[in-house]
Amino acid sequence: MIKVEALTKRYGGFTAVDDVTFTARPGRVTGFLGPNGAGKSTTMRVMVGLTPPTSGTATVSGRHFADLPNPGLEVGVLLDASAQHAGRTGREILTIAQRTMRLPARRVDEMLDVVSLTDTEASRRVRHYSLGMRQRLGIATALIGDPEVLVLDEPANGLDPAGIRWMRDLLRGYADRGGTVLLSSHLLHEIEVIADDLVVIGNGRIVSQGTKAELLSAAGCFVRAADPQALSAALAAAGISAFPGGDGAVRADADPELVGKVAFSAGLPLLELRPADGAGLEEIFLELTSDTQRDGAAA
Amino acid sequence: MSTSTVDRVAVDAAPAAARVRRPQVVAVELRKMFDTRSGFWLMASIAIASLLATAAVVLWAPDEAVTYSTFATAIGVPMAVILPIVAILSVTSEWSQRSGLTTFTLVPNRGRVIAAKAYCSVAIGVVSMLLAMAIGAVGNLVGPALAGVHRVWDVSVQEALLIVLANVLGLLVGFMLGVVIRSSAGAIVAYFVYSFVLTAMAGLLASTQAWFRDLQPWVDFNYAQTALFDGSMTSTQWAQLGVTSIGWLVVPIAVGIWLVMRSEVK
Repeated sequence: MIKVEALTKRYGGFTAVDDVTFTARPGRVTGFLGPNGAGKSTTMRVMVGLTPPTSGTATVSGRHFADLPNPGLEVGVLLDASAQHAGRTGREILTIAQRTMRLPARRVDEMLDVVSLTDTEASRRVRHYSLGMRQRLGIATALIGDPEVLVLDEPANGLDPAGIRWMRDLLRGYADRGGTVLLSSHLLHEIEVIADDLVVIGNGRIVSQGTKAELLSAAGCFVRAADPQALSAALAAAGISAFPGGDGAVRADADPELVGKVAFSAGLPLLELRPADGAGLEEIFLELTSDTQRDGAAA
Repeated sequence: MSTSTVDRVAVDAAPAAARVRRPQVVAVELRKMFDTRSGFWLMASIAIASLLATAAVVLWAPDEAVTYSTFATAIGVPMAVILPIVAILSVTSEWSQRSGLTTFTLVPNRGRVIAAKAYCSVAIGVVSMLLAMAIGAVGNLVGPALAGVHRVWDVSVQEALLIVLANVLGLLVGFMLGVVIRSSAGAIVAYFVYSFVLTAMAGLLASTQAWFRDLQPWVDFNYAQTALFDGSMTSTQWAQLGVTSIGWLVVPIAVGIWLVMRSEVK
């Protein structure tokens, strides 16, 4: 379990992380979402003791990271797959982790096997690795101590579709066995597929958090009618807030059943009516972080 | 949350038996100094440079100068450059190559990591000097035979130890610059400024300003070390070495370690 309480990190006058509080629970995958520069990586660095917080605390399994006697056995960390000495081989990087944690030497081969790096690839220097291979090596380093908690910053970056599927299955299985997984991403679809809980952060502040189901049901539904103006008017009259969803569609902040009833009583034939969970997370993400987006939230 | 409490009991039991211990950290840091191509060749260059320096003496030194002290002096020149770089890179690569992200997550006690790097650097410095002196000794077995002169062993054990000490101090200056600057390029440049530019400037100042001439042995660490190469040290010279090392090693290393402990690893 990871517990972040009232965490704040300031750099001079700039507040990178502003009073962030959340919990990543065992048996669940917690997705940490936010636009670039929202404070995800800084929060994660504070969790693992690489960055001193200005105030607040982050604990793993009830203890500060620095107090863990052998952190690698309790927390698997991957913050940046490219942050490795380019002149070391993949196998050597795993061996260093294995020796630091005092694990049996066979763990290195087991991990290479888990992340599907071949012997030839493992004996190549990391300088020659693709980003996807570096991610696999980083995952192997995180998993080698068989920890209870995983902290992964953008682990799907650079993986091919098969790799992304593999990673998803790996993390799902990990959480199902009781592990705590916290992963950040800006790949919304990825998070939507894998996460059980979501923490959305923008400009260093948490803008929303809860289970995926809660957040997605809050997303309402997509509805499309032959006459969008009349539909919007009818929804407004029923007290349902609605936003243009592109392509003549409307996203309504209500469940499909209610929206269908409103349209029916207004005598409006519908072309489409569905829960907004498909593109839902993206909508939520853009809406929640619209104040903090660089490019403005195009609705 | 009762399950997490149960989990923790199980988790706590296992790692307690396998804490990260100091010998592991030292062994891993030593390994890390050899396991990259650049690291390997840096270490190999110690032996290679010693061989080249020895060969140069055998080939080109005038016959009457083919004595062990000539070999020792010739070998000392590359050592004075290579050993500080060994110490610098062991520290700065964690930042310049960003491997510190993993290192300091696996061992959050950064002081322990940095101390391990210091032990390993000093050990490598001492072993390298002994190796270099052995290579020089081989040169002194072969050289005089080829030149047809008498073999002269004109370096005593005490002189040899002082030379080793001088090189270890030079290496520690590299270590100091590594922890203070934490960037490979920056620290290496700083070392050359320290050992060449500052030395030249201090020499110039001493030759033109009388007040500095008397002060120099008490403030110039480089200058205080030169006495180590003269074979014997007076108590005044030891005192000068001690005083200058406070300003040039002890205080900056303390500041550097404080910076390492507090700085953000990115």
